Amino acid sequence: MEKQLKVSAIKDGTVVDHIPPDQLFRVIDILGLINSMSQITFGTNLDSKRLGKKGIIKISNKFFEIDDINRIALIAPHAKINIIHDFEVVEKHVLSTPNRIKGIVKCMNPMCITNHQEVETLFTTIVESPQIKLLCHYCEKVTDKENLKIISNRH
Amino acid sequence: MLKHLISIHDYSREDILKTLEMAAAFEKRPNQPIFSKKVVASVFFEPSTRTRLSFETAANRLGARVIGFSETTNTSLTKGESLKDTIKMVSNYADLIVMRHPLDGSTRYASEVSSVPVINAGDGSNQHPTQTLLDLYSIIKTQGDLNNLKINVVGDLKYGRTVHSLLQAMSHFKPTFKFISPEELRLPQEYREYLSERGIRFSESKLLTDNINNADIIYMTRVQKERFSDPIEYERIKDVYTLNSSMLKECKPNMKILHPLPRVNEIAQDVDSSPHAYYFAQAQNGVFTRMAIIASLLGRENL
Ligand SMILES: [Zn+2]
Repeated sequence: MEKQLKVSAIKDGTVVDHIPPDQLFRVIDILGLINSMSQITFGTNLDSKRLGKKGIIKISNKFFEIDDINRIALIAPHAKINIIHDFEVVEKHVLSTPNRIKGIVKCMNPMCITNHQEVETLFTTIVESPQIKLLCHYCEKVTDKENLKIISNRH
Repeated sequence: MLKHLISIHDYSREDILKTLEMAAAFEKRPNQPIFSKKVVASVFFEPSTRTRLSFETAANRLGARVIGFSETTNTSLTKGESLKDTIKMVSNYADLIVMRHPLDGSTRYASEVSSVPVINAGDGSNQHPTQTLLDLYSIIKTQGDLNNLKINVVGDLKYGRTVHSLLQAMSHFKPTFKFISPEELRLPQEYREYLSERGIRFSESKLLTDNINNADIIYMTRVQKERFSDPIEYERIKDVYTLNSSMLKECKPNMKILHPLPRVNEIAQDVDSSPHAYYFAQAQNGVFTRMAIIASLLGRENL
């Protein structure tokens, strides 16, 4: 009941729950919500039994492609995706790391072409979340979790 | 049909063997002007006289005309025009592009914006696949077979891209490797894992002459001073890892010493006249191998 007061329920749309609080704004960025016309409510540092503190995003009348929503697995692997119709959860989605990751992640190799010219990054996932190892399509070097940097996604 | 040669991973076992067969045919008849109507662009964004001359000789022996440029310094990193625009322009002029560039992954990107085949002549520290194919050609030519060979790989196993590509390409042919290097330049874990996953046998050593009498191939690489944080350590190591003729007395008669050249002092001059020395012939094999690669990417299946 208290939770409902903090971030109000939506009638139809998508709820992304159990986001680590420090990743909330990156999740918003990766999902491309910055330029979205949908009604969006979000909260962060809410109490969570599992995470201690958590963030949550509710997007009205917006339903994502599986591949698009899976992109957040890189930074919020334990996030829960609930699809809402008429105030009811009609579908739950567990995240999995996509096999191929286009854009979003920066290659950790400073000599990689993608860090010098306007080239969209492309990786093959060789180890899935939570460890995460991504093989760069261009320089063939591995970017691992410790060196994972997210590229802003404002279009 | 392969469209580009960017990484040794682009070539299957069969692609490798087919290329080596074609290289052997070109070695028998090196002057075959089968591409007299073709233009090959040689675009070197960083200097490499050795590689450039080898490619341009190969293109000329095939009858093609060569255009291009070679930067004398690594300034292209800071220059204005994007790589994309340069490659788009060149691919409008030429039928095939040979490209070298200081940035990793640059040639893969070029192959995606080019309308004609691209051959990677070295992209930063990443790949140099034509070097690998000429190494394999030298191995099959001297040993008669690529399968089940004992290969000692010596020197800079950490940064040496020719070593990494060689072990990936050879892993199709059930080799046994002995990796010999100082601790600082040991083969990185990812490559040890790569070999283990494929069931390739290997061992490591710090002693240059370890297993030398059993080897079919000794693959020497350059140990560069700038790889060492401690210059004293380099001075110590450079002499420990110098191969000289007295070490070769008990070697197998078929054993050949390869080196991608140029050498610094990994191989003493007194080895040059030994029947085991093969590094100069290896460089010459590069022309035949590159002829085969150019021919196959321009659409020749057979000769
Ligand atoms: Zn990269």
